[in-house]
Amino acid sequence: MSAPAPTITGNRGLQLEEPLIFEQDSPGKTAVDLPQPAQGRDRLGSLGREGRIGLPGLSEPEVVRHYLRLSQKNYSIDAGMYPLGSCTMKHNPRLNEKMARLPGFAGVHPLQPISTVQGALELIGATGHWLSVLTGMPAVAMSPAAGAHGELTGLMVIRAALEDRGDARKRVLVPESAHGTNPASAAACGYTVESIPANARGRVDLAALKAALGPDVAAFMLTNPNTCGLFESDIIEIADAVHAAGAFFYCDGANFNAIVGRVRPADLGIDCMHINLHKTFSTPHGGGGPGSGPVVLSAALAPFAPVPYVVKDGKGFRLVESVAESEAKPFGRIKGFHGQFGMFVRALAYMMSLGSDGLRQVAEDAVLSANYLMASLKDTLSVPFEGPCMHEALFDDRFLKDTGVSTLDFAKAMIDEGFHPMTMYFPLVVHGALLMEPTETESKATLDTFIATVRGLAERAKGGDAEYFHAAPRLTPRRRLDETAAARNPILRWSPPAI
Amino acid sequence: MRYLPLTGDERRQMLATIGATSVDDLFRDVPAAARLKGAVDLPPTSGEMEVERALSAMAARNLPAVAAPSFLGAGAYRHFVPAAVDHLIQRGEFLTAYTPYQPEISQGTLQYLFEFQTQVALLTGCEVANASMYDGATACAEAVMMAGRITKRTKAVMSGALHPHYRAVAATYTRFLGITLETPEPDWTKPEDLAGLIDGETACVVVQNPDFFGRLADRKALADACHAAGALLIVVVTEVVSLGAIRSPGAMDADIVAAEGQSLGNALNFGGPTVGLMATRQKFVRQLPGRLVGQTADVDGRRGFVLTLSTREQHIRRDKATSNICTNSGLCALAFTIHLTLLGEEGFKRMAAINHANAVKLAERLAGLPGVEVVNDSFFNEFTLRLPKPAVGVVEALAAKGVFAGVPVKRLLPTVAGTENLLLVAVTETNAEDDMDRLTDGLKETTR
Repeated sequence: MSAPAPTITGNRGLQLEEPLIFEQDSPGKTAVDLPQPAQGRDRLGSLGREGRIGLPGLSEPEVVRHYLRLSQKNYSIDAGMYPLGSCTMKHNPRLNEKMARLPGFAGVHPLQPISTVQGALELIGATGHWLSVLTGMPAVAMSPAAGAHGELTGLMVIRAALEDRGDARKRVLVPESAHGTNPASAAACGYTVESIPANARGRVDLAALKAALGPDVAAFMLTNPNTCGLFESDIIEIADAVHAAGAFFYCDGANFNAIVGRVRPADLGIDCMHINLHKTFSTPHGGGGPGSGPVVLSAALAPFAPVPYVVKDGKGFRLVESVAESEAKPFGRIKGFHGQFGMFVRALAYMMSLGSDGLRQVAEDAVLSANYLMASLKDTLSVPFEGPCMHEALFDDRFLKDTGVSTLDFAKAMIDEGFHPMTMYFPLVVHGALLMEPTETESKATLDTFIATVRGLAERAKGGDAEYFHAAPRLTPRRRLDETAAARNPILRWSPPAI
Repeated sequence: MRYLPLTGDERRQMLATIGATSVDDLFRDVPAAARLKGAVDLPPTSGEMEVERALSAMAARNLPAVAAPSFLGAGAYRHFVPAAVDHLIQRGEFLTAYTPYQPEISQGTLQYLFEFQTQVALLTGCEVANASMYDGATACAEAVMMAGRITKRTKAVMSGALHPHYRAVAATYTRFLGITLETPEPDWTKPEDLAGLIDGETACVVVQNPDFFGRLADRKALADACHAAGALLIVVVTEVVSLGAIRSPGAMDADIVAAEGQSLGNALNFGGPTVGLMATRQKFVRQLPGRLVGQTADVDGRRGFVLTLSTREQHIRRDKATSNICTNSGLCALAFTIHLTLLGEEGFKRMAAINHANAVKLAERLAGLPGVEVVNDSFFNEFTLRLPKPAVGVVEALAAKGVFAGVPVKRLLPTVAGTENLLLVAVTETNAEDDMDRLTDGLKETTR
């Protein structure tokens, strides 16, 4: 192991070391001034807490400095290009944040009398309307909390609809290139999962799908555009085959960015699709959430959407909160309260800002940028599938053959160049995949810098400088971390040092 | 279109590099019939000022709880959030980062999640916690499924005094998995005998503390009964501030704690997004759903943090995963952890003490009104009132006067008989003396 930074503090210029909050504890200190509680009878029964909890005491300046320093150890889309395939890291407009913080939105309690929340219900209705028109689907379930939660919701809607017609189907078909959440969601809905292979063109093997379809199949779950960045050109035939077998056609909408405003999923024969508001509609990922995953539904599935949902009648907006109150056949409730309302505000602000014309331009620019990367890099890297890609460009690691540089090493070297690495080793159908998604919010100048950087690194790898890649990254707050040790001996919390 | 940097010239240059004649060319894999010729039927692009005007008008059609004396609770609570919280979570490096898959450039997110896990473990009295769930209700459902995996049993006893949303979500999650829920009818008049419902097939018993009606109970005996029968005790906490005043679930020997963390750092947001908390024993950690951050070292030997034990997760285990959860509530967890760090041990306990003292004061005052009864004897910051007339009408009448009196129990338990006159009243540090006067006077007038 080489020595840490050659400074007394461990700091490296502006890269400041930051201890844990527990290591900055001054017992008795607090950063919130609160009055002395009133004296009175205690109604805690015999359950009063005794002894210390163990929380550290810090002042406000110490707390602010702590989190500011931590923030500086993060890469973010505000700092630079984040070409993570299938993750759609696009610009997060601050107008969205400002709107979500209006007290008339952020300060509303979920159980206020309905007469006092007409604006909030109107907002849910308006957001749902935009999603419904953009997808061509008649209904939308707004409450799922994230994309995978939307998958689970969609599958439960499908299962409820099948049970309603007395049809107890047990299998769900999922392409092998699918996001891992797809099979996990199907299993969480009690289905057995069967994998469908890809063909030589990186699309679903139609013959294999047709062979697998049968009277026991509840749904086929397809990501479209798929995780190879390709549009499933046989999609109409796929939809027909799925429907002919009496199954439902589920679409993973994680890549809706590529077609929004230009292609309506309903026109492709899709029955059910979740939409990641934190992807296509720019609500921030926040280091891993919150997400929001509304699910659009065909007319056949609409009655089974979960509670709660908003209804508009002559007197204004109502909220149907329980199965007992519903005139439809909701399968139940999937989340506490009414969904990720704060995310609806952000997504609606974004959709209104771009409008029908701007959203169409979003898809065009996202696709244009990805194809530009593909065209500019295909002679340097290796390409598994020819032809136009959609919003992401897929490469494989054949260009690294015999260089001693792994895909992971290559990605780590991107970090020193100031770029977040692309998605690696996914989709699984391609060996050593590198999946790049530029999105529509990168300028041509940034794309050109990125292209030049990838080319330069590829040349360096081919030139035999493997050691450079093995040691990357060098310029980050931490260098390569030992993930194996972390998993072998999990330390998941701070504990006071033994005295 | 201010979010799109490409110019017309640049688009043409890029098309030339690609060797395409038009963008439409790039969409040629889309069946022609499915390619829209023009824009969909929605309004065109709007400037920042217009969007702000339209959304502000919509926001103005609400009377938010923060703008009025409010005693609303039942799973979402108004608390005072120091200004530093929102300032810090709006830093672009936190707000616009992705899941920390590249640890070398995500130490900020990873370190705060490690601190968050520690804080949640301390509050709940458990050994380990995960890096957050969607919300309390889904965390509870995941806890039931986790208990099923651990015990390999198929029944769950759900307290009737568990928040109705939590029961409903657990019912939804388990419906297709062969797990049967046993739920006694909600009864606010007497304690439940849940130990009597445990049998050899019981995976877990789920109770809330304080419960939906606000009552507190020592769950140690129930934990013992569970363990004697090979079942697990799951304790749900919907008001995390209560943990500053009452004994932790871990100290009562709970096996899994599922909680809602909205009260710290997070706005009401009409119910979402919020932050689910989940904690358990070290020995169950490989069955814990969601993300975990672990400590390790880099090649220079310096302490650092990574996502770990991902072999439980969907992206590796696919249909064999412990859970399908992928995105969690990272930013809401950040707000939670910053608020709790600002409070510290002293501030958190004092905040809890103020909540309790205010609730006691109001309960005593309301119990003096004719025909009004405080149903429960023990409580933290929320209690149940029995009014002389239906609570829904009373709440509407007071809302018309700009006071949010609380949540009618009937709204959440529409099919349970005898709940018409029950009102849940929550009190926090945000309720000033004047708020309490307005509620007391309002109730006096309305129930006369």
